[in-house]
Amino acid sequence: MSAVEVRGVTRRFGDVVALDDVSLEVGHGELVGMLGPNGAGKSTLLSLVSGQRRPDAGVVRLDGRDPREPATRMVLGLTPQETGLPATLRVREVIDFVAGHYPDPVPTGELLEQFGLADLGKRQTGALSGGQKRRLAVALSLVGRPSVVLLDEPTTGLDVSGRTALWDAIRQYHADGGTVLLTSHYLEEVQALAERVVVVDRGKVLADDSLETVLRHVGVRRVLLTDAAGTRQEHLVPDSDAFVRDLVTSGTVFRDLEIRGASLEEAFGQLVNHDTPEGAVR
Amino acid sequence: MSATDRTRTQPFLALSWLHLKYQFLETVRIPIAVLGNMLFPSLTMFFFVVPQTGVANNPLFATTAVAGLSLFAVCSASLFTYGLGVAEDRQLPFYPFLRSLPAGPGPQMVARVLNGGIFSLFGLLPLIIIGWLFTSATVTLGQLLAGIGTILAVSVPFVLLGMTIGYSLSAKAALPVVQIVLFPMAFAGGLFLPPQMFPGWLDAISQATPTRAGRDLLVQATTGAEAYALALPVLAGWTLLFVVLATVAYRNDEGRRFR
Repeated sequence: MSAVEVRGVTRRFGDVVALDDVSLEVGHGELVGMLGPNGAGKSTLLSLVSGQRRPDAGVVRLDGRDPREPATRMVLGLTPQETGLPATLRVREVIDFVAGHYPDPVPTGELLEQFGLADLGKRQTGALSGGQKRRLAVALSLVGRPSVVLLDEPTTGLDVSGRTALWDAIRQYHADGGTVLLTSHYLEEVQALAERVVVVDRGKVLADDSLETVLRHVGVRRVLLTDAAGTRQEHLVPDSDAFVRDLVTSGTVFRDLEIRGASLEEAFGQLVNHDTPEGAVR
Repeated sequence: MSATDRTRTQPFLALSWLHLKYQFLETVRIPIAVLGNMLFPSLTMFFFVVPQTGVANNPLFATTAVAGLSLFAVCSASLFTYGLGVAEDRQLPFYPFLRSLPAGPGPQMVARVLNGGIFSLFGLLPLIIIGWLFTSATVTLGQLLAGIGTILAVSVPFVLLGMTIGYSLSAKAALPVVQIVLFPMAFAGGLFLPPQMFPGWLDAISQATPTRAGRDLLVQATTGAEAYALALPVLAGWTLLFVVLATVAYRNDEGRRFR
């Protein structure tokens, strides 16, 4: 029995197909990163797994049970969107409220301590900084000692130290045996945390593989140069150093050499249509 | 990961109490919501009852008027707080998170009903004081307590109707719908004008409304004037219907609609 199981799921919003026959399985104890541009269908997928929505077709299971049943969600932890905290409530009150849903919650004081919020327990959430709100959001996902945690863009808008602290908390949770499914549109974040990467775009799973394999695809470089005839050429290559070396050794005339990391979107493009752009070396 | 039971949610009562505390805190931290609830019925009282000496100086008429306005206050608070309040809540980003917590619609609805009751009581307080100081309305302590108990029980179907509206419509649509529902129902139920002034056909319709049933039960509790025989069954019937509608509306609601 998997921690999360999504089988042949389709979800539409009016004419828009947010998820198109998606299947995904996450085993217990896995840390899976879901990567994709905005509007790819990541959040919709999470909302199905957390029982907020019903799929139009297909099956969604959380720990082998229907997440639309409240009791199924006893094992689930979820982050509210950062802007979504009830502004007039105090930090401690929000944590106590969420904790009250579980039989054996993490003591509020301990949780505040762990997320560096100990001095802010009496502060209204509306008065927190962006980083503090993010930390509270992730703390809320862990308060019930869940076995599966869904993190939607957990560190968006955080500075480097805030991000590292949250990453540590997520790693710690995973090291204790927890299952994590996180979304991000930062390659870096998925790279830092996940063992397995699922790339989603336009409601479809484009790739589902180990971090290494996906990185090999995604790690392409874009080399731009103008050839002797004055034509601007673009090459997407896995190893720009080797490419440039070959270029120089071959004695080809070129100018205006430019090397850039391929953007995530270009990488996704690579993943979708495997017919590579003109001149690309594979 | 731990040995505790994770196959069922926390007990219903514990969850209801938890959600009640949460909702109460959220409401009370926005003072204007509480004040508005207290001011509106009091102003109505000063404009429509106190100046009419014929009503204000007659203990039975005055008590009945206070009862009618109290019920109007409770209906309006319930429909606005729940119709509009729920519709607004559903548009907040915290709402999907709330719905993903391991609790069904039950505790949240119970908490909403109780929270509605508490803030209705806040609204009644000034009405009772005005009735006592500026009119001849009189009740014994027993009648007062019976009246408060009755009005809380009577508020249940209106809270549920409010929730049905709130879970079915967007905030923009909920506002006019609440107004369209509230005022005809209050009028037909005899909350503004005593139903004794109604022609026979209107009185017949009136007796089928939850407002009239609630009003007559409330008047019975506070003055002893007997309610019509069908008042209780009518009110129970509406309550049952609104329980079903509110539950269906909650289940069909999937957060914000994306188009």
